[in-house]
Amino acid sequence: MNRRKERIDRGVKARSADIFALTSYREMLYLLIPGAIPVVGLLCFSPLLSPYWREVIISTAIYALLAMSWDMLMSAGLLSLGQALFFGIGSYLAGSLNYYAGFPPVLTIPIATIGGGLICTVLLLPVLRLRGIYFAMVTLVVPLMLSRLVEATRILGGTEGLTGLTPFPNQLTALFVIQLALLATLFGFRRIMGSDYGLVIKGISDNDRSVMSAGLNIYWYKAQVLFLGACVGCFAGAFGTHMDMFAGMPGFALDYSIMPVAAAVVGGTGTFAGPLIGAFILVPLSEMLRALGALRMVFYGLFLVVFVVGMPEGIFAYIQRKYQQMERWVDVS
Amino acid sequence: MTAQTPLLRVSNLTKTFGGVTAVSNMDFDLDEGLLLGVIGPNGSGKTTLVNLITGFVKPVAGRIEFRGKDITGWPPYKVVGEGISRTFQMVRPFYQLPAYKNLIVPLYSPRVKKLAGGKYGNRDAVALDLLEEVGFERDAHVSYKKAGALPQGYLKRLELAKSMALRPDLIILDELFSGLSLAEVASIVPIIEKLKHQGKTIIMIEHRLKELFRIADRVMVLNYGRKIAEGLAIDVMESPDVKEAYLGSEAE
Amino acid sequence: MLLGTLIYGFVNSSILALLAMGFNLTFGISGVANFAYGAVYIFSGFSVWILLNTLGLPYLFAVLIAIVLAALLGLAIYYGIILRIKGMPLSEVMATFGLGLAIMELFRYFDFVGFRYTLPVFIDGSFSIGDVYIDYQRVIISLIAVGLTFGLYLFTNHTRTGLAFRAIAQDERTALTFGIDADMVGALSMALGCALAAIAAVVILPLGTIAVEGGYEVLINALAVCIVGGLGSTVGILVASVLIGYSQTFTASYLEPHWMMLVSLIAIAIVLIVKPSGLFSHQKELEERI
Repeated sequence: MNRRKERIDRGVKARSADIFALTSYREMLYLLIPGAIPVVGLLCFSPLLSPYWREVIISTAIYALLAMSWDMLMSAGLLSLGQALFFGIGSYLAGSLNYYAGFPPVLTIPIATIGGGLICTVLLLPVLRLRGIYFAMVTLVVPLMLSRLVEATRILGGTEGLTGLTPFPNQLTALFVIQLALLATLFGFRRIMGSDYGLVIKGISDNDRSVMSAGLNIYWYKAQVLFLGACVGCFAGAFGTHMDMFAGMPGFALDYSIMPVAAAVVGGTGTFAGPLIGAFILVPLSEMLRALGALRMVFYGLFLVVFVVGMPEGIFAYIQRKYQQMERWVDVS
Repeated sequence: MTAQTPLLRVSNLTKTFGGVTAVSNMDFDLDEGLLLGVIGPNGSGKTTLVNLITGFVKPVAGRIEFRGKDITGWPPYKVVGEGISRTFQMVRPFYQLPAYKNLIVPLYSPRVKKLAGGKYGNRDAVALDLLEEVGFERDAHVSYKKAGALPQGYLKRLELAKSMALRPDLIILDELFSGLSLAEVASIVPIIEKLKHQGKTIIMIEHRLKELFRIADRVMVLNYGRKIAEGLAIDVMESPDVKEAYLGSEAE
Repeated sequence: MLLGTLIYGFVNSSILALLAMGFNLTFGISGVANFAYGAVYIFSGFSVWILLNTLGLPYLFAVLIAIVLAALLGLAIYYGIILRIKGMPLSEVMATFGLGLAIMELFRYFDFVGFRYTLPVFIDGSFSIGDVYIDYQRVIISLIAVGLTFGLYLFTNHTRTGLAFRAIAQDERTALTFGIDADMVGALSMALGCALAAIAAVVILPLGTIAVEGGYEVLINALAVCIVGGLGSTVGILVASVLIGYSQTFTASYLEPHWMMLVSLIAIAIVLIVKPSGLFSHQKELEERI
């Protein structure tokens, strides 16, 4: 007797795709709960944690922002192996404005976000015309080189960096700010990619020749996506600067480039919620493994490999599938 | 644009790829409202000609003028903005999307917005209407099927709809009939004739000569990147150069 | 000073060329992404050290075994990882990069850190050209670099296997119809690329210590040379190596050594502005895809 696995949408999913969702509390809950989890979980529960774990959440949120920024770039076919570029530039911009011009965080962070986004976009503009691989290569190399440049030329504080920067008034404020940014990015990016604009972007990644022949300037759209991703990445850097009261070479570290990729791959690329989940799995986990030192990077590396090869769809897609569909074995006669 | 200026004028167009001359000193004019058939053996430069006109490839020499405007070397999106659209020989839709969603991307282009008076309107509705125009049966909800699930006949029509969505003045169809059965071709021909009645200018690259000659006003024959004949279908097929290109010369 | 700069510039260029060659072979010429390249380099270095110091094998023997081991590692990576995700270049990049990371950090975890991790030079001593002293090891590096460049050029342009390498990068389907076993050719190119990494490692590492950071440096330098010279072009690699190598050496001699990093950055910036796909790259952006 042969069997095959059959997958069909759950009843509640099929019903909630239509007007039924508005007439039944059950369907409405079904639709709202997935979105509500991050909002409630973060905003309501995190202030209740101990300061140490709040710190972990903040750190996780920073990586989650970088991961979502990565996902946005990936949606247009731009594989970034250098999220550290955005982080570092955002970090140095905010740090410099604070250190040399005395601007407070409420000014440095927005300026560093938009300004950093512009700088990074212009920097990477020439690479947009090339195959996706070149983007990967250049983004990998540039932050590492910038780091060594700072070390060599001793500008912007050199190896010591800029220290003694203005911190946030208290940890709760920082927690609130970063979580707000996180949720805004998550829902904002998902909204964008769900719209017709998102279709165009995904089209560029899938078949750019087709989009070109549809009368759209794909490089302009790639630049827009790059700007969006860069801004989020620079925000993370600017925020991190005022969290640590420090801006320096470590802002360009490989860690900031790799963690977001690992998080996105584990959580599921293309969904934004996936990278978020991935970050919330990997960062606390690595925090608990901190005692193992270099093993952390080994662990990230292996995670990347295993997930890219074994579960390319990611955890989020897996969960989503289970949530929306049920599977059962049926006989094949 | 005076009555004399042709819609499309190609002068002295040449393109080489490395050591291969794909298109060589091509000259022709195309008046508005006509259907030009372009035929020739494989490798004669037909698709390269399309790529040159639509901006996917830059010529080494020569000019392309559309409505008197020099569009030589323009990138594809600008050429589309002027009013030229094309289909691809190898049809590659967005397989994961429903058929009508495939039209969202062309409907997103600036030209559509400009022609609609500055607003896009409801793209989904326009897409569904377009698909119905090319023969996607409304009752059977074919437009909602994933593009990957559609047979070649529908995919070709989807490709046609994508180029029509841009409301072009000149449509270039690159081997639209290839891979279709006689019945499928017969069902698409009326759509093309309707386009002609709407005043559109059409260039059709084809291998299916019988079907092409029924609707073409003029025919141009290419061989080894050169134009070897141009005129009415019957005249062109009598030309000895054309016979030699297709059938080869007499053995000595 | 000029003579010294010219000579050491040549050595520097040779080092860069050696580093980039293996990477270019797999990635640029065959289209197989191997971002574990730096890891293979370090792996080879440590292999020789272990064979030499822990097992007491003679030097040449250890070197040869290490090269073979590197090639085998390449094959393992290909059959274990790349084949499973073939056709998705971005996935290949991510997976090999992750693996490379894991390998390098594993060495760091097992404490392969410190000044005692060095390899002996092949021939001790130095000689002088004019008033410039140059050690034999550096000469060997230059000779091997030149020899390999010629060899690689001949290989990729005049042998059937070499042409097969290029074929699978250009159009795999068509290559298959020519009877080229794309999988095997890909595996071969991977193995060869890793072997070249190993050769580079055993020749260059004696100049300093074997450090995990070196693995990252290697990847960065190889990528930089490929970006500037153009992926896939042996001539491009050569020209880029000479350009960057000499610029770095001149900067170090006449300005300050720490400005050397700036050279690579500037080179990349210029290339990106003037000819983004690299000085000698064969690719036109759109035409190659229509």
